[in-house]
Amino acid sequence: MLNYISKRVLIGILTLLAASIVVFIMLEIVPGDPARLMLGMNATEDAVQALQQQMGLDQPLLTRYFSWIGGLLVGDFGKSYTYSVPVLNLITERIAVSLPLALISLFLSTIIAIPVGLFSAARRGTLADSGTMGIAQIGVAIPNFWFALLLVYVFAVTLRLVPAGGFPGWNAGLWAGFKSLILPSIALGLPQAAILARVTRSALLDVLGEDYIRTARAKGLSRRKVLYRHALRNALIPILTILGLQFAFLLAGTIIIENVFYLPGLGRLVFQAITQRDLIVVEGVVMLLVATVILVNLLVDLSYALVDPRLRGRS
Amino acid sequence: MSAPTEWQANISKAFSNRSFVIGLIITVLLLLMAIVSLFWTPYAVGSFDILGKLKGSSSAHWLGTDHFGRDILSMIMVGSRNSIAVALVSVLIGAGIGVPLGLWAAARGGIIDEALMRFNDLVFAFPALLSAVMITAVFGPGAINAIIAIGIFNIPVFARVARGSALSLWPREYILAARASGKGIARITVEHILPNMMNILVVQGTIQFSLGILAEAGLSYVGLGSQPPMPSWGRMLFEAQTMIGLAPHMALYPGLAIVITVLGLNLLGDGLRDVLDPKMRRERS
Repeated sequence: MLNYISKRVLIGILTLLAASIVVFIMLEIVPGDPARLMLGMNATEDAVQALQQQMGLDQPLLTRYFSWIGGLLVGDFGKSYTYSVPVLNLITERIAVSLPLALISLFLSTIIAIPVGLFSAARRGTLADSGTMGIAQIGVAIPNFWFALLLVYVFAVTLRLVPAGGFPGWNAGLWAGFKSLILPSIALGLPQAAILARVTRSALLDVLGEDYIRTARAKGLSRRKVLYRHALRNALIPILTILGLQFAFLLAGTIIIENVFYLPGLGRLVFQAITQRDLIVVEGVVMLLVATVILVNLLVDLSYALVDPRLRGRS
Repeated sequence: MSAPTEWQANISKAFSNRSFVIGLIITVLLLLMAIVSLFWTPYAVGSFDILGKLKGSSSAHWLGTDHFGRDILSMIMVGSRNSIAVALVSVLIGAGIGVPLGLWAAARGGIIDEALMRFNDLVFAFPALLSAVMITAVFGPGAINAIIAIGIFNIPVFARVARGSALSLWPREYILAARASGKGIARITVEHILPNMMNILVVQGTIQFSLGILAEAGLSYVGLGSQPPMPSWGRMLFEAQTMIGLAPHMALYPGLAIVITVLGLNLLGDGLRDVLDPKMRRERS
């Protein structure tokens, strides 16, 4: 068990390190000098050089990499070129929108998908099963930003129940903030629910074919009890894997959805920072997202060991 | 490897599979639409008609017109070429690099295998969409860079599938027999391993193709895909967004085009898997 955990943790750290190198190099080759962009077209050569020096852009590549990564380790993400505030402040401000959005979507997709998957698996081969899975099949094919547009048209433009976009800020009250996250969360979460429902159903069906399920039925347990007590628990590994992947997908999905709804979240921040060549912000946000993905996957890996005792012995 | 009789059996099995048949019909219609658009569209996609803008469906414009008075059906037809091209080439990139990598890792094992797995971990750590945005932003927006961005994320997918199925094939008896007869690792891989995993690769290719269409639409929607004047489904949706109150049909039809296309490809992939992959067949029956 300890062996398994330490190997997963080590791999996670190494992946994060490799990712930091990739991000750094990739943004290093972005055309356009940040100092020149900040000062505008009319800046003198001296002014540009002075700013480059101040921003540390005149340092060799390796020095800059290590000072950046060293900063990250102590929570110093650097200072934004365009906003002139610490990147960390920008991130904490924006994460207050993106994290609730991703979590509500994940919650929505889970509470819809797992019951639907159970429902379908229990009625396998019936009209109800093929009907539900038919709808899920269509759900998988729906791009979330298009779904978002339809939601805006129906619930914001026509029925005027919720705002079409924008975010009043959490200071405007919990409900006002939550209200503007309703449509984005549905748009992000429902297509994911379709995927998760399909995975849940097929994972359950795989498990239902096992010998121990037959044994459980033979010893007189009801179908329902077998489904909940034995099948669902054993089907959790593929379900957890997809949930982990979905969280990463939802975080990245906020890039497009936040653009549809004009939400001031991480996705919009990184998108704007890319167009403004505010590289230090891009680097910070990307590293944060990558670290989150690695952490979530690590947690999923570790939870395997909790769900499936057979994995504990493996290294 | 397969005898003609097995093929015949597979084909008749395929045509009795509902998913396969529906998926095949949709996919063939999509390809036909793209081909027809090369020679003919109801209107030229570059022809503006400001007086006839934002009109709903009519006999003259089946799917209505957009904010420049362009015919939406014609734009969807031409846009299908863009979606197909980007998705197809990025699948070819992914398979072309990923499959050899996976085969190599499975054949050699050890450090090479470990390195491939860690490379996969690294690519999977980047949310695909975020990286596609980064890549297109760094190298500039456009169809070619969208293809590269999507293609890179297909590499580990194909590498993993190829590695997994190759690992399950290596201990088989006929492979051992080939080894005993003195064939080298490379030759066995090409002659025996690769042909026996084509089924799985075709199924994976279909899945990645449909994901590619979704990804391309997303990138075009945020303005990083193919650039005007080439019509693309994603950008049509972006342009529809500001008009949503005035002309909801502008948002409806390009979105439906994406949904139907992706649905068709997914059904085709599911059907192919049922027919071609005996392991899945056993689990489902």
